[in-house]
Amino acid sequence: MTQVSEDDLQAYVDGVLVAARRSDVEAYLADRPDEAERLRAYRAQDAALRAIYDPVLAEPIPPTLAERPATRWWRTYAIAASLLIAGIGVGWIARGAISPLVPAPPSFARAAAIAHAVYAPEVRHPVEVGADQEDHLVKWLSKRVGTELRVPKLGSLGFDLVGGRLLSGPQGPVAQFMYQDSKGQRLTLYISAQKGEGRGDTAFRFSQEDRVSVFYWIDDHYGYALSGELRRDALLAVANAVYKQLNP
Amino acid sequence: MDSHLILEHVPRLRRYARALLGDRYAADDLVQDTLERAWNKFHLWRPGSDLRAWLFAIMHNVFVNQVRSRRNEIERTMEELPAIAVRATQSDALELADVERALNGLPDEQREVLLLVAVEGMTYDEVSRALAIPVGTVMSRLSRARERMRRLIAGAQQAVPLKVVK
Repeated sequence: MTQVSEDDLQAYVDGVLVAARRSDVEAYLADRPDEAERLRAYRAQDAALRAIYDPVLAEPIPPTLAERPATRWWRTYAIAASLLIAGIGVGWIARGAISPLVPAPPSFARAAAIAHAVYAPEVRHPVEVGADQEDHLVKWLSKRVGTELRVPKLGSLGFDLVGGRLLSGPQGPVAQFMYQDSKGQRLTLYISAQKGEGRGDTAFRFSQEDRVSVFYWIDDHYGYALSGELRRDALLAVANAVYKQLNP
Repeated sequence: MDSHLILEHVPRLRRYARALLGDRYAADDLVQDTLERAWNKFHLWRPGSDLRAWLFAIMHNVFVNQVRSRRNEIERTMEELPAIAVRATQSDALELADVERALNGLPDEQREVLLLVAVEGMTYDEVSRALAIPVGTVMSRLSRARERMRRLIAGAQQAVPLKVVK
């Protein structure tokens, strides 16, 4: 019989010894009742640990752990970064960060989704000018974007204006208006002039950019994109209301 | 990426965290921190490699880096509880309570190894990868953890002479 080591005894407790080695250990234990008792105790306490903690497996999983964790600062930038990567057209899709983009939506919708992902999670500075100065906000952004902007009222759908900010977009200045419902769910409306090709009016188009859904359309040389982490049908209802108010 | 790949492991991560920390809420916090880091770093996981080992390795790192100080606070609060209230149960439950207490009496590094082997059912190689320690260290910690548990449980059983004597 070869020497039996402590590692062998542990492996014996765990039932992972090959048969030949197991016979060695059993022969060793046959002469040593104290050692046999020690290993029996180990098995019993291992079983007790499973009896204590296995029930956790059957517990319902708390909602916070049952899906991807809610937006934190890093996730905001992860989304924005992955959208930018897709935008560059590297043809490389970050595993897990973004779903495949087919067909590629215009850079306009993507830019709107990035802007949404960056600003919607902002707690302290979601907008530059708040809804309490709506007149000033509209005048200022109208001047910068180059058209007389109207801010849709979405209160009947549960979304109130938070305010707006000026952004730089692929085609120049962009107005971004932000709305929020009572649960803190935010929508952004992204408006900029459309130059060059693709400037003709379009019907609604839909684009899914990771978790951000975007409905966008072009109307009289201006592009509009409504973005939110909403289901497509819920967002469509809001997009319809926006369109109707902008085209009375 | 299929998010269900990670989510499938959530029950196991919760079981391990609960055994590691004892406290339910601290354990779920540990799981949540682990999942956030896992989502964030998922592009570093090689498809086809052992996702469970990868997730447990992340949990181990989060545990080591963040949770120890928090756990010490919990232990202090637990010690203030009157021990007698825990003991007023039937004999089976009382033994499990002894086992649980003995587990809490192990150093963190021994408790981790014992739980991964005995409860999670990992091979010694898998434990070695998850904790980033050599297999030899796994074996020595496992041996010490089991022996210390045994002594703590034996001590607890001897220290219960408070039988009602008529």
